Amino acid sequence: MNINLNGNATDTQCSTLMELVQEKGLDPAALVAVVNDEFIHREAWCSFEIKDEDAIELLSFVGGG
Amino acid sequence: MNDNDALTLGDKTFDSRLLTGTGKFAAKSLIALMLEKSGSQMITVALRRVDPGSQEENILDFIPESVTLLPNTSGARTAKEAVRIARIARQAGCGKFIKIEVITDMQYLLPDNHETLKATEALAKEGFIVLPYYMPDITVTKQLHDAGAAAVMPLGAPIGTNRGLEMKPMIKIIIENSTLPVIVDAGIGRPSHAADAMEMGADAVLVNTAIATSCDPAMAGEAFSLAVKAGRMAYLARMADESLFARASSPLTGFLRE
Repeated sequence: MNINLNGNATDTQCSTLMELVQEKGLDPAALVAVVNDEFIHREAWCSFEIKDEDAIELLSFVGGG
Repeated sequence: MNDNDALTLGDKTFDSRLLTGTGKFAAKSLIALMLEKSGSQMITVALRRVDPGSQEENILDFIPESVTLLPNTSGARTAKEAVRIARIARQAGCGKFIKIEVITDMQYLLPDNHETLKATEALAKEGFIVLPYYMPDITVTKQLHDAGAAAVMPLGAPIGTNRGLEMKPMIKIIIENSTLPVIVDAGIGRPSHAADAMEMGADAVLVNTAIATSCDPAMAGEAFSLAVKAGRMAYLARMADESLFARASSPLTGFLRE
């Protein structure tokens, strides 16, 4: 299905948010996820289903002043 | 010095009047050591999209739990974007503090006071403890007060320039007229700049670049901490004024003369 991940249109076969995170080789502990402007808590990622046209933001806290 | 000289921001009190930032450190491990040596109790972090190709270490792992997080809204170009970042940071567990940073000028990184004010009002209504970073302006200062800011953060000089209190006359006016804590943020390059701000009556300073990009961030952090304390003590001790003419330090009578 087609999703928008961090501002880029992309294709994925993943069905849940956690699968997407793992597909991208990311460490869940360091991530924050927002789907269609809604914050999704990490505990829900395994059961949160991704849908076609979802706008997904995978974010992390970084150094900044 | 009065043991009761704590800084109150929102519903929290802080012994340290040195706020620090996590940007530009050569290694994240230096952040924890800097915090230990400086005694800073509040530190800024930013929120960014992850690059799957190069995920960095989690900056939060390098900040002790005893230090209060101050997420910033850097990257926001409008109040709406700033509000969005703030909400995400809070939902991610960073607490209620937020530094509003709304910038469209990419050359000088000077903040957009208009959008900063709008974001302050919106986030204060949502229960955030709002610390807006802004261009020193007495009218905007009053508006930020009315909008519900917990403190005001006028810039000393453009971010990362290390040029010190270029806005000193304006900051002085704000300090004299603000009923909220005044935290000088951005451009502070040396401990002497920080001491100068505190001697003027600033309630705190925020220093990132000067510490992080020094050759020894832990030592620089400690130096800034001492400067902030010295400046604060000088302010509380109420130093004597300046004079055009000399005022002798030794008596002008009883000279041993022929």
